[in-house]
Amino acid sequence: MCDQTFLAATFGPCDSCGKASPLMNIYVKNEPINYCSFCVEMMACQGLQSGETLTSLKKESENLKKKLEEERGKLTDVELHQVAEKVEAVAALSIKTRRVLKGHGNKVLCVDWCKDKRRVVSSSQDGKIIVWDAFTLNKEHGVTLPCTWVMACAYAPSGCAVACGGLDNKCSVVPLSLDRNENLAAKKKSVAMHTNYVSGCTFTSSDMQLLTSSGDGTCALWDVESGQLLQSFHGHTADVLSLDLAPSETGNTFVSGGCDMKANVWDMRSGQNIQSFDSHVSDINCVKYYPSGDAFASASDDATCRFYDLRADREVAVYQKDSIVFGASSVDFSLSGRLLFAGYNDYTINVWDVLKGNRISILFGHENRVSRVRVSPDGTALCSASWDNTLRIWA
Amino acid sequence: MTSNSNLSNMRRLVEQLKLEASVERIKVSQAAADLQQYCLQNASKDALLVGVPTGSNPFREPRSCAVV
Repeated sequence: MCDQTFLAATFGPCDSCGKASPLMNIYVKNEPINYCSFCVEMMACQGLQSGETLTSLKKESENLKKKLEEERGKLTDVELHQVAEKVEAVAALSIKTRRVLKGHGNKVLCVDWCKDKRRVVSSSQDGKIIVWDAFTLNKEHGVTLPCTWVMACAYAPSGCAVACGGLDNKCSVVPLSLDRNENLAAKKKSVAMHTNYVSGCTFTSSDMQLLTSSGDGTCALWDVESGQLLQSFHGHTADVLSLDLAPSETGNTFVSGGCDMKANVWDMRSGQNIQSFDSHVSDINCVKYYPSGDAFASASDDATCRFYDLRADREVAVYQKDSIVFGASSVDFSLSGRLLFAGYNDYTINVWDVLKGNRISILFGHENRVSRVRVSPDGTALCSASWDNTLRIWA
Repeated sequence: MTSNSNLSNMRRLVEQLKLEASVERIKVSQAAADLQQYCLQNASKDALLVGVPTGSNPFREPRSCAVV
């Protein structure tokens, strides 16, 4: 239960930098001041110690970076695909399109499965959110939002609400009701407020907390009921494009990837950036945890997908081919973690063998770039969303 | 103000790097072995990998065509 205390937060212009953002009301020498969480951290770092100059700090950071590489290199005794040589190769897969969900009027940008393994929610450039029953192709709910480019959508764990966000810089929660005549858009509640577009959102273990990533370079944890900012995560130096929560058994961490080519792992309680990986050479479009929670994969505009192990603290595999030149927009693992499905801007989905590093097959079908791929909670199907206005269910 | 913030940024970077350098790491061989073990343990439950009998996958229900 909630035994943590959070600082009370309000929204408004920061006393120090003037930007409008969620503020932390803190007291310095009994004087109340309202700084945004970024300025609070900056304030904590001010006050130079004697002998420190910009150059000495730069040198120290270079040395530390080198030391980090050395430490990581010391433990690289073998590569993942070498360890996996003795494993049987994956047999030919018989995955085909089983359903095509038509109904969006424009590019479908995001999709998420419900825990009941049959419903999906999708969001599109035309500002609409549709909840589908993937078995029957029935459209169960449709909500029109006042903004276009709804880049993020997520199903609540209870299945009773969906969250969505995009160019409106907000992430809103819409409760789903069984009454067909009810106007769902009227019950929409704004939870998160960023200073730039919302690129990704996900509920945590309950319907009560929402984690968002934004083009303003931060990620944030919000309380759904009150709209209060519980924690913010600073560290990316450019837009954050994607985030993923660690599978529940392994605790309170999440990974985020962004345009600064870095993937960062964060501790949700302290807001601390625990680990950082920067081997990609272009924007990271998507990050996804391995089912065991000990590793994660990332998809990038540099046409590669990479696999990082958290306990070894390094990249352990790169999934690339000379014939693949288009950026990868999205990745997801199959239930056992053996298969990695990656959607690319060349309209295909490539299926990679995670352990051996080779491509097993290519899924053709979409007529425009694939924006998101998601495996269902029980691993029986894959749902892909595309700029060709449709979603496909593969099984 | 800019020089001050550059300094603060550098200090934060140095603190962050110190934190990252002190993370406890394990050998890649052990990490890889654990990943492999997880895959193999769960492979039988993975419908997309091994396929399930046609009846039990709701998306692959056998559809019969009636010739009129």
